[in-house]
Amino acid sequence: MSIPGQKPLSNLEELLEGVWKQNPVFVMVLGMCPTLAVSVSAMNAVSMGLATTFVLLGSTLLVSLLRNVIPKEVRIATYILIIATFVTVVDYLIQAISLAVYDALGAFIQLIVVNCIILGRAEAHASKNPPLKAVLNALGMGVGFTLGLFALGGVREILGAGKLFGISLFGPDFQPWVVMVLPPGGFFVLGAWLLLFNWLNSRKAAPVKPVEGHAHV
Amino acid sequence: MNAPSVPASQPATPGAAMIRTLGLVATVCGILIVTAYQGTLESVAANKKIALERAVFKVIPGASSVKEFVAGTGGVRPAGGSVPEGAVKFYAAYDQAGVLKGLAAEGAAKGYADTVRVLYAYDPEKQAITGLGVVSMRETPGIGDKIYTDAAFLKNFVALDAKLGGDLKSLANSIKVMKHGTRQNPWEIDAIAGATVTSKAVGKGINESAQKLLPLLVPHLDTLQGGQ
Repeated sequence: MSIPGQKPLSNLEELLEGVWKQNPVFVMVLGMCPTLAVSVSAMNAVSMGLATTFVLLGSTLLVSLLRNVIPKEVRIATYILIIATFVTVVDYLIQAISLAVYDALGAFIQLIVVNCIILGRAEAHASKNPPLKAVLNALGMGVGFTLGLFALGGVREILGAGKLFGISLFGPDFQPWVVMVLPPGGFFVLGAWLLLFNWLNSRKAAPVKPVEGHAHV
Repeated sequence: MNAPSVPASQPATPGAAMIRTLGLVATVCGILIVTAYQGTLESVAANKKIALERAVFKVIPGASSVKEFVAGTGGVRPAGGSVPEGAVKFYAAYDQAGVLKGLAAEGAAKGYADTVRVLYAYDPEKQAITGLGVVSMRETPGIGDKIYTDAAFLKNFVALDAKLGGDLKSLANSIKVMKHGTRQNPWEIDAIAGATVTSKAVGKGINESAQKLLPLLVPHLDTLQGGQ
């Protein structure tokens, strides 16, 4: 990305960066607060992922367009203002689309403001790249985050409630593992996915690539 | 974090430029927010109305329209604007012919994790609580959420006695939650075994709300009949 001397990424690579190589949930392990809290069901996870993606897209586009006029002294204030704006917009949009989803996500919609993935993208990527690249990268990150949330939410809903997207999978005799929809279940499932990802990565014989310096908020 | 590669050439930005940029961004953001608010206002209001109707219809079967009222010391009047001090908001549900099917009101009390807010139906003829729905709660899944999944618990609310005392000032018998298996009187609720705290919150919320609402409401029940 912005490491000096590194070849700039093609548009496709930029898009795929967040989906796989730098997946915000499984590789960068960012945004854990909403990840663990709202991934109790597949529906909540996907809604949260889409809301975050919307905020990511809107804010990175605006930050990228304004990147040359924002003085560096007030850049963080500006980014937060822009991010907070899109969070407010998405807050109203979700209320207009479905109150049930709005109630299920609760305070975590407003908390997207302080989601480190978004501020991280604005600071580390959008402020240095033209709009197209910034938006593609943000889209990739958003899709990656949504997939990550879905991977957690799907497993937790299947094991913890015996359902997926509210549809019963195993019939009435299934005894759900209630712990999976409680907070500890979030850690269990996240731990299992991280294990899988790291195992897959370590199996690849390729030399380890230095990870870009991201702020772990 | 990497040093920002944004205008590295400028030594220091003049104050006016910073204020101008922040002002410009704030203006753009302001317009975006107001547009989103105005654009979604109608559908949000419509959604809230549908959600309310759905909740009321669930506790009062057979109803097809809902109206909001406020019961205060001065009697009962349609709700509009803010609820005055000491008054209680409630919902009257009517069927298609405009006949009053029942009343519903909200009760809230502290549960195990957070406030449990419930909506209960009151049948003026039976003078009893005849239905229970949950408005919001954050109780433990699989334990506290039995208050709306446990059929045995919901049976408590088929005809839970809520008669007023002779002086019409309070309930003849306050609604109580009893330990699982010890219910004896029609004004008692049999708690769910293992979810006593949440069950108690439900009973307490209903009792507090009914003690306040019913004395204000019952003397004026006539005004609600056929109130289309």
